[in-house]
Amino acid sequence: MSGPAVRNDRPMAAALLHVAVVLVFVALQYVLPDYHRAVFSRVLVLAVFAMGYNLAFGYTGLLSLGHAMFFCAGLYGAGMTMSMLGWNVAAGLVAGIVCGAALALVIGLLALRTTGVAFMIVTLMFAQVLYLVILYFNEYTGGDQGFSLRPAARQLGPFDLTDPTTRYFAALALFAAALAVTLAIVRSPRGRVLVAIRENEDRVRMLGYNVFAAKLAAVVLSGALCAAAGATYAILFGYVGATFATIQYSILPLLWVLLGGAATALGPLVGTLFMYYVVDITSNYTTAYLLFVGVALILLVLYFPKGVLGTVRERWLPWLP
Amino acid sequence: MAAVTPLLETRGLSRSFGGLKAVDRVDFTLQPGEIRAIIGPNGAGKTTFVSLVCGRFPPSAGKVIFDGEDITALPAHRRVRKGIAYTFQITSIFSRLTVFDNVALSVQRALLSGGGLATASLKRGAIEALERTGLADRAHETAGNLAYGHQRLLEVAMGLALRPRLLIFDEPTQGLSDGEIEGFVTLVRQIAQDATVLLIEHNMPLVMALAQTITVFERGSILAEGTPSEIRDDRAVQDAYLGASADDD
Amino acid sequence: MAFGPHLLLAVLEGLVSSAVLALTALGLSLVFGVMRIVNVAHGEFFMLGAVFAWWFSTMVAGDPALGFLLALVLAPLVVGAIALVAERLVLRRLNYDPEATIVATIGMLYIFEQLALMFYGPEARAVPAPFDFRITLPWFGYSAYKLAIIAASILVMLATWFVLTRTRIGLVMRATQYDRETAQAFGIPVDRVYAGVFALGAMLAAIAAVLIVPIQQAHYLMGTDPLLLSFIVVIIGGLGSLRGTVVAAVLIGLSDGIIAVFFSPTLAKMLATLFVALVLVFRPQGLFGTTAR
Repeated sequence: MSGPAVRNDRPMAAALLHVAVVLVFVALQYVLPDYHRAVFSRVLVLAVFAMGYNLAFGYTGLLSLGHAMFFCAGLYGAGMTMSMLGWNVAAGLVAGIVCGAALALVIGLLALRTTGVAFMIVTLMFAQVLYLVILYFNEYTGGDQGFSLRPAARQLGPFDLTDPTTRYFAALALFAAALAVTLAIVRSPRGRVLVAIRENEDRVRMLGYNVFAAKLAAVVLSGALCAAAGATYAILFGYVGATFATIQYSILPLLWVLLGGAATALGPLVGTLFMYYVVDITSNYTTAYLLFVGVALILLVLYFPKGVLGTVRERWLPWLP
Repeated sequence: MAAVTPLLETRGLSRSFGGLKAVDRVDFTLQPGEIRAIIGPNGAGKTTFVSLVCGRFPPSAGKVIFDGEDITALPAHRRVRKGIAYTFQITSIFSRLTVFDNVALSVQRALLSGGGLATASLKRGAIEALERTGLADRAHETAGNLAYGHQRLLEVAMGLALRPRLLIFDEPTQGLSDGEIEGFVTLVRQIAQDATVLLIEHNMPLVMALAQTITVFERGSILAEGTPSEIRDDRAVQDAYLGASADDD
Repeated sequence: MAFGPHLLLAVLEGLVSSAVLALTALGLSLVFGVMRIVNVAHGEFFMLGAVFAWWFSTMVAGDPALGFLLALVLAPLVVGAIALVAERLVLRRLNYDPEATIVATIGMLYIFEQLALMFYGPEARAVPAPFDFRITLPWFGYSAYKLAIIAASILVMLATWFVLTRTRIGLVMRATQYDRETAQAFGIPVDRVYAGVFALGAMLAAIAAVLIVPIQQAHYLMGTDPLLLSFIVVIIGGLGSLRGTVVAAVLIGLSDGIIAVFFSPTLAKMLATLFVALVLVFRPQGLFGTTAR
C-alpha cells in the first residue's frame, strides 16, 4: 500500500525541478483561459490538502479516513473568526491553522493508540463526529447550507483576494509554501525517521526513537497543512459548508495521493489535477460522476498501487523526492 | 572486582506468557568490557531474557539495573538512548531504504542524544559504521537487495552506529557462511574494545573462541555460569545441552 | 399520550430497528471475523437489496404479498451473486490485504451507489407490505408487519447461528477464522470459504433491506446509515464476536429508537459516534469483554 522509499539524493536536481514546477504555474496564469485558471486555483489549494494527507499516509504510513476534519478545522476556524469576530484575512488564516493543529494533536493522542484497521475506523468516526457537530450547531455554522464570506472581508492589505488573478497567485503561494515545507520535512533526518516508521515501527523503536511522539508530530504537521488548505479555501472562495466535512472529503485526498504517488512531493498535485478534471468532464455528461472515483480507486489499488510519480521514480528518476 | 559497578544487573527478573514461565527469577550480572555469551537449548528463555533487558516488553516481576540505575520502568527507546542496543534475531532492516539511510537512522539518533545534528557529522558517522562492517561501497544500494550475509552485517552496523555501551546480538551468525563468521568474530573483538557485548549464540566453537564468560540458560533460569573451559567441563551443562545439540547443527 | 405508552412505542420502534440492524451487522461481523477485512461497501449491499426488492415486487401484479415474497427470495440471491463477483474480481486479487481492501471497498461503495443512481434514479420508492393489519393496543394501534420483521430477523439469526455451530460448513468457517494457514494445510479450500462468507455477509444485509423496504423507502443513498450503525455495533460488540454483535445491535437499536424519540437525532448520532470511537481507542476488544478471536 505505502509508497516507495526515499532514494539516492540529487538535491540540486530535485530543487530545480520544484522551482521549475512553480515557475510553470506562474507562466500558466498568463496562458490559461479564465475557466481553467479558476479550476487551477481550486486545484492548487486542494493539492495542499492532499500534501498534508500525504505527510501522514505516504511518508509515515498512517492511513487515516478522517482528514476532512482537519481541512474543516481550517475552513471553519478561518471562516467563523472572520465572519463572526470580524478578524482579517491574516488572523483568520492563522486561526484556521491553529485550529487544525490543535484538533490534530487531540485526535492524534487518541487515535494513535490504535493501529491499522482500527486507526482507519477511529479517524473516520472522529471526522463523522465533527460533521455532526457542524450540523448540530447550525445556528453558528450554517449547517448544511453553510455560509459565505463577504467580499469586503477577503482583502489582504492592498490585495483583493476575490480578483481571479490575485486569487490564482495566492493559491500558488500557498502551494509553493506547502511544497517547501514538505520537502524540508521529508529530506530532513526527522523525515527519514517517519519513512522508517512506515517501513518497520518496531525496529525504529529499538533504534532509540520515541515512535509515538514522531507519529504524533507527523499527524499534527499533516493536520496543520490540511487546515492551511481549508483556511485558504474559505478565504479565496468565500464559502464555508458542511459538505467538506463529509466522508467523501476524507476519501478524496486518499484517492489523489494514491493516484499521484504516495510519498512523492508532487504526487498530490498530479493526482488532484487529474482527478479534478476527470470529475469535471464526466459531470457534464452524467450526475453519477462519482462512479469514476470508485472505478479509479479500484483500478489504482489493483494495478497501479504506486501511482503516477511513484512509478516514474521507480523506473526512471530514483532521486525524485 | 567488587569495586566496579556492574554495567548490567538483573534481580529476580521474571516473565510469564499465560501459565508458562519463560524467564524465572533470573539474577544476572555483566561487568563493563566483557564479551558474554548466553547459550541454552531452544525455548530456554534466552531471547525473552534479552528482550526484557532492552525493554521490548515489560517483566512480570524483578528489576533491570543498568550502570547502577534502575531502568525497569523505562520504555525501550529510552533504554536505547542510555546505551543498550539490540540487533534482531530475524534480520530487521529497512529493506526499501538505502544502506546509507539504514545506518544514518542510528547515527542521527546518537547525534541527537549528543546534542548536535550536523549533516557532515551524520555522513561521517554513517560512512564510519559502514566501513567497519565492510559495507561502505554498497551505501547507495537498496538494503533489501543485499545478500543475506550483508544484511546481517548491516544489522550489526546499525547497532554499532548507535555507539552503545552494551550491544546485544541475538543469534548473529545464523545462516552465515564460515568465511562470514570469521569476519564476524574479528568485528566483535573490535567492538569489544569500547563496548560490552552480550550475545545469544548456538554456534559452540564460536562461543568458545569469543566469550570470556558463558551463561547457560535452561527452562527460564540460569543453569551454570563460568569461563568457556569451566562450562565445557560442567556435567550438568553437558547433560542439558552440549551433548544433546552436538549433532544438531 | 402518557409517558408509559410513549415509552412502549419507542421500545417497539427500537426493537424493529434492532432487528434490521442485527442482521446487517451480523453480515459485516461475519466478514470481518472470518476474512479479517473491513467491508466499507456493506451498506451498499443493503441498498442494493432494497432496490432489487422494489424491482422484483413490481414485476408481479395482484396481491402485494406475492411480490414481496418474490423479492425476499430473489433480492438476496442477486446481491449475493454480485458480492461473489466483486470478491473474485477485486478482493482476491488484493490477497485480502486489510488496507488495500478498505480502499477497494470504498471504490465499490461509489460504484454501486452511482450505478443505482443511473439505473434506479434518485427517487425513493416503497414496496407494499405483504399484509397490513394493525394490532390494537389499549393506547395505540401497531403495525403487525413491524412485529413480523422482528420475528423474521430472529429466525434468520437462529438459522445463521445453526449453520455456524451445528453444520460442517460452519465448522469449516470457524476453522478458517481461527487460523487460515492451518486450515489450508488441512485441505480446507480457504479461497472458496472466503468467497462464500463474503456473499453470505452481503445476503444478510440484503435480507435486512427487503424486510425494511415496506416501512422505509428504497433510495440509492440509503446504505450510509446502516453502514455506520453496523460499524458501531460490530465495534461495541467486539470485532468478530457474533454474540457480542447481536447484543450490541439490540442495545444500539433500542437506544437509537428511544433517544430519537426524546432527543435531536443529530445529537444522538454525534454522541453515539464519539462514544464508539472512544470505545475503539480504549477498549478495542469491545464493551462486552470478549476478546476478538
